[in-house]
Amino acid sequence: MAREIDRQIIRDLRENGVNFVTTVPCKQLAGLIEVLGDTDTIRHVPCTREDEGMGLCAGAYMGGMRPLIMMQNTALGVTLNALATLIQYYQIPLPMLISYRGEVGEPVACQVEMALHTKALLAQLHIPTYHFHNVAQADELPGILDHCQMCRKPVAVLTDASFWGSAT
Amino acid sequence: MIRYDLLKELKPILSDHLVVCNIGAPSQELHEIDDQPSNFYMLGTMGLASSIGLGLSIATEKKVVVIDGDGSVLTNMGSLATIGNNPQPNLVVLIVDNGSYGSTGDQPTYTGGRTSLAGVAEACGCDTVIECPADQTPDILRNALAADRMTVIISRCDSGNRKCPVISMNPISIRERFMAEVAR
Ligand SMILES: [Mg+2]
Repeated sequence: MAREIDRQIIRDLRENGVNFVTTVPCKQLAGLIEVLGDTDTIRHVPCTREDEGMGLCAGAYMGGMRPLIMMQNTALGVTLNALATLIQYYQIPLPMLISYRGEVGEPVACQVEMALHTKALLAQLHIPTYHFHNVAQADELPGILDHCQMCRKPVAVLTDASFWGSAT
Repeated sequence: MIRYDLLKELKPILSDHLVVCNIGAPSQELHEIDDQPSNFYMLGTMGLASSIGLGLSIATEKKVVVIDGDGSVLTNMGSLATIGNNPQPNLVVLIVDNGSYGSTGDQPTYTGGRTSLAGVAEACGCDTVIECPADQTPDILRNALAADRMTVIISRCDSGNRKCPVISMNPISIRERFMAEVAR
């Protein structure tokens, strides 16, 4: 069931001009994906893997759309080459709205293993990274989306269990 | 017929359209045969040519031709499911299937063995899938572009590459002149 936070985020995307979103689902992203389905101004194309999704986003961008990818941090590994040799090398702005699994409140122990590497990998790739830990921080999203377009880089927004838990 | 000779035959057809070209030898060969602002050369990222082409074909109404390869499609087979479920009438995916990883020394791929990419594409929900010998490809590509129907062409070529120089163009220049062409 979508909540106000989901509607707020999708509203921010729309107001920023995002009109192409590709997703691989996560429990924490379920509400967002539900609202996407009701949003006529955003074309939603689910992808089968996150690096494929980045290819879709690169093509949509070159065709004049404004893309965004929603994914889980556990998939960061499969996107490293796409990030370095496509998104960064060709300077394509790409906001990545990431469900940050494996942080406090996580029920699945294995998720912690990739959480440990998430920020290190993003830092190693020199990807601007913002970590939403409580719901008030979502107010920073419009500025982050503008920043992404301005610098033409991939930009990561990590949303953890505390963020989603504090939301209504 | 090897890929280089096929691309030469396709030159008059490709030059009128947006082309997303696969990494390595295919891009280097196309660049030597017919460098155009309407060509997007992949300099890295094996496997994503068809994904870039699908995203592009969603964003533009112009016709988009993807030149992909058997080895690359095998690394990203899920892309055929995404394409099959989001068919764009302006998209033609041309998979040059030479049964080998051309850019790395012609090691065999599984499409030279028991795997049929036409079967995979059909099973993924692509409605119009045509497998053909290389010499029939120009006519089939011309017809596919004339029909407003998403088409996947699997063109059976011989294994082998032509020695062409590495593309020295700056990636941002490739992207910017391509985007100008898309917007024209
Ligand atoms: Mg091949």
